[in-house]
Formats: sequence, structure tokens, C-alpha cells
Amino acid sequence: MRMLGSTLLLAIREIRRHLLRSFLTTLGIIIGVASVVTMVTLGQGLTADVQDDLAGLGSDVFIVFPRQPDINVPRRPFEEEDIRAVRNQIAGVQFAAGAVFSNATAFHNGQDWQTSVNGASREFFSAQNIDIGEGRSFTDQEEDRGESVCIVGTTLVEKIFVEDQVLGEEMRLNNVSCTVIGIADERSGSNIGGGNDANDIVYMPLKTVQRRLIGSDDIQFFVVKYDPSYSTITIQNQLVDLLRERRVVQDGEDNNFDVIDSQEISDTVGGIFQAMTGVVAIIAAISLIVGGIGIMNIMLVSVTERTREIGIRLAIGALAKEVRLQFLTEAVVLCCFGGLIGIGIAFGLSVMLAGVMDLPFLFNPALNIGAFLFSALMGVAFGYYPAHRASKLDPIDALRHE
Amino acid sequence: MSEAPLIELEGITKTFGTGPAAFQALKGVDLAIERGDFVAVMGPSGSGKSTTMNILGCLDVPTSGVFKFRGVEVQSLSRDQRSLLRRRYLGFVFQGFNLLARTTALENVELPLLYRGETKKARREAAERSLDKVGLLPWATHTPAELSGGQQQRVAIARALVTDPDVLLADEPTGNLDSERSIEIMELLADLSKTGITVLMVTHEEEMAEYARTIVHFRDGLVERIDRGLKAGASA
Repeated sequence: MRMLGSTLLLAIREIRRHLLRSFLTTLGIIIGVASVVTMVTLGQGLTADVQDDLAGLGSDVFIVFPRQPDINVPRRPFEEEDIRAVRNQIAGVQFAAGAVFSNATAFHNGQDWQTSVNGASREFFSAQNIDIGEGRSFTDQEEDRGESVCIVGTTLVEKIFVEDQVLGEEMRLNNVSCTVIGIADERSGSNIGGGNDANDIVYMPLKTVQRRLIGSDDIQFFVVKYDPSYSTITIQNQLVDLLRERRVVQDGEDNNFDVIDSQEISDTVGGIFQAMTGVVAIIAAISLIVGGIGIMNIMLVSVTERTREIGIRLAIGALAKEVRLQFLTEAVVLCCFGGLIGIGIAFGLSVMLAGVMDLPFLFNPALNIGAFLFSALMGVAFGYYPAHRASKLDPIDALRHE
Repeated sequence: MSEAPLIELEGITKTFGTGPAAFQALKGVDLAIERGDFVAVMGPSGSGKSTTMNILGCLDVPTSGVFKFRGVEVQSLSRDQRSLLRRRYLGFVFQGFNLLARTTALENVELPLLYRGETKKARREAAERSLDKVGLLPWATHTPAELSGGQQQRVAIARALVTDPDVLLADEPTGNLDSERSIEIMELLADLSKTGITVLMVTHEEEMAEYARTIVHFRDGLVERIDRGLKAGASA
């Protein structure tokens, strides 16, 4: 242990003696570590950002869309009865809630704004993790009767309302007027029914939108919330069987609807981003390998240059393994310094780039510790051969070396 | 004088290379060196004196023959075992000083103690004592480039002494020095031998050899003549 301490001391002394050369030697490791850590940090930020968007779909939720089996056959929407059947006939389903989307122009205070209208229910809000920040949600009566009440998104508030004069105000959607009863909390991501901004939206009871705005009882899609203690696959299979029967799909024919598992989407997309991050990290890691080769190169030069010194050390009684340890320690210490500097640079770079790219900055301790340990490992891997060469020198020849 | 000699060489041969290119540097050297002696090894170049010194310094092994140091047969030891022997019992002084560049005199002297696992405090104290012995304590923080040749050689001697060795091996210690500095170094070595350290020195200069008690003359890979009980011995 004391031997290791003095070896460490020697190594640091040697590195300090050739400060510029040491820095240039380890530059490859610095760049390698900095790029790997930056890439992975940003990649994880991006993944988290996308998954955060997808969290808007809710968890333990299926989203069911009609599908056009053939270009000549019109898309068949769902009916109120379908949803009731799903709710009543499949064990484990907590609720099923239909929804419709439409576009409309919102008018208020002489301002107008093109926005999306989502006909929905409180159950839909809960499945989609939509929270009402100010005001209230719909009542049973408002939902059952299709009353003219609405909940607005924050973007819309910004565009056509005066701050603090939102709740209780009357606004007009196309030619339907409604009373604003609530403001939805800000959410990230886009609308399930279209539109890039999840906050540029008006929620109204499903029946209100069907009757007053669209003029049809069709349901464009619905969400099914299930008890997570039930098997996802079982519920999904029952759902598919029930809908095939209700929508008269013959055996052997494709489904004329799609059942999408929100968790599956989130996992799939998260997996894709993770894989992309991995690929980019591997490409960046190549520079780390190149850096390691640089370390080996300089260590070999250093061994040749210091042959006489090695001869002196051997003559005064250094063991082969002590000489090996000395050079190995030098390489490892160099790489560790490189790793630390690289991690520092990566931190600064990640914070900066995350800011520029509008991504969350997620500090990953495991990644940073891993990068540091990996650079130390590079020191061992690429420092071993030069150190071994040094330890095998003949003291007499080494002392004679000019 | 009844105890066995510190160093015994019996029928030592050393051959470099193989086949037709083989060169026999030592052809059967017998030599015994007592503890506390001051031995000068002389001879023309190619006579085998350096090869003998390398063997005596446990840096090299003979091709055949027996080399006993403190009763241990060195020729059968492994490389690492010989390293440990050097670390414990031997000190080296070279013609070219062989100090570590850009390293202070004190750090140079501390070097052998690093391999002994001494504490920082013990290293420093021993190195300062040793530098004091050669009169260079005021120069402790100077690097070799800031020291004269004679001073560098004294630092090298301090480095050799710092471990309290049994034997000090000096290979042409005055070879790179002018005559005034040479005399200083030789007097230092002669003083050391009086403290009980066995000094083995290779030289080709008669004046330097005169400081020794025993002079071993080499010629053509053999010991030609041994002169014992010379000037320095008389004063002991």
C-alpha cells in the first residue's frame, strides 16, 4: 500500500514535469470522454423529453382508433353502444371514454384564434392525465345533457383572453357559444387528435361537440383504462374480440380498428431513442480508443527516453514489477486526469447544449462514474504494454543507453 | 579474519553471444574480498574488469563458476532476488553520475528508500543525513543541471550510501571529473571505507588506484595480479 502511494507520487511528479506533453497525450481521452458523456447525457435528455410527451397518453390505457381496411371503404367510427359494451363486458376495465376532435375558430373580446376542440369526459381527462388547474371540471349533468361549457388550454388563454378574466367568460367556437369553467394545466407534447401544441385546445363535453359543433353521434376514438393488476394482453385480446364482433369483422378479415397500448408506444419510442443514443455513444467511443492508442504511443516513447532512468532504478534494486507498476500508474493517472477533465467539459457542454436544444439536462451519476472508471481502464489497457517493456529492460544495457 | 570473505569468486567465466560470434570476456576468475576492504580493479579495456564488476554488482550472472556474497550463491538467484540483494546490501556509483534529471538532489538521494517502503519522514531524514555526509546538504534542493560534476558525483555517492549498504560499487567514479574533483571523490571513498563499508572501484588511472588497499589487475579475462596491504590499508 505504501509502495502504491510512493508510485502514485512518482507518477504525478513525472506528469507535472512534462505538463504540456501530458496534456497533449491525454487530449484524446479528454475529447473521447467529453463526447461520449455529452452524447449520452443529451440522448437521455431527449428520450426523457419524448417519453414525457408520451406520458400524455396515460398509463394502463388503451387507445382505440378506427382503421380503414381498404381505401374504398370509409372509416367506420365507433358508437356509444360500443363503448358501453367495452365497459360492461370486459373484466378489469375501469372505464372507457369516447372522444371527438374538431377544429374551430375561437372568438372572444374581438380576438379570434384557430384551435382544436376536444369533446371529452372527466374519465377521458383522467386517462389522459389532463388536470384542471383553475376552475372546475364538467359535472355529470353537463356531460349528460351536452351543455355549453368549456375548459381552455393555456395557449388559448394567452391568445384571446385577458389574464385573470377567463373563468365565467363567454366565448364563441364557430357559431356555438360556451361558458369557460376551467383552465387546463399546461402539458408538454402534442394533441392526440392533431395539433402540435397540447395547450392550444378547448375541451367540451363529448355530447356538446357531437351535437352542436359536428352534428353527428359518431365517436372518433376512445380510451380504455384498465386495472393494472389484470394482464394487458388478456384485456387487449378481449377488447379485440368484442370489437370484431360488434363491428362485424368476418373470420380471416383484418381488424377495422387499432388498439394501441400507451405503455407500448412509450417503451417502443423510448427504446428507439435509447438505441440511437447507444449508436452515437459507440461512435464517440471510437475517439476514446484512438485516445488510448495515443497514450500507448507516448508511453512507449517515454520508456525509450527514460531507459537510463529505468536502468538506475533497476540498479538500486527496483523489482521488475515495481518498474511496471510505476509506468502503469503513470498511464492510469494520465487517463484519470483526462477522464476528469473530459467529464468536466461534458458537464458544461451538456448544460449549454441542453439549453440551446430546449432539452432537460439530466445528470447521470452512473454515466459519469462509468466514464471515469472506463478512462482508468483505458490507462491499464494501453499502459500495460509500455510498462511491461520497461520492466523487461536489462539494467546493464539500460544504464549504457545514451 | 577467520570469518569467510564477504565476496568470493571461484572459476567465474562469462561468454557473450553464441556460436562463432561468441566472445569469452572472463575465462576463470578467482577472487576473494574481505569485509571493509577498499579494492581498485584495474586493467586495459576489454580485460574483463567491467564484466566482473557487473557480476559483483549482481546486475549480471556468470556463465559458469560460483559467486558467493555473504555466503549466498548469487549465480543461482532469480532476477528479482538479485534486485532485492542490490536493494539491501549494495550501493552504486557510476562514471556518468546517473542522477535523475529535473529532480532535486534530495529526491535523487531518497530514491532507493522509495523501493524500501520507508515513510516520507524517514526518507527525508535519511537523505539529509546522507547528503550531509558528502557535504552537500546546502544543495539539497538543486537539480543535477545546477550542480558541478564533482557535486553530482557526491550526490550519487550520497544516494548509494543512503541505504547503509555493505558494499559500494564505483565504476570509474572519477572518469568524468578533473583531477582536483577526482581527488575529492577519492578521499571521500577512502574515508567511507574506514567506516567499514567495502568499496569496490573500477579505474584505469594509477593515481586513483593508489587510494585503495587492494588492487586487482585484470588482463585478457583473468586476474593477473593482486596487490594487497597498500597505502590506505597502512593507515587503518
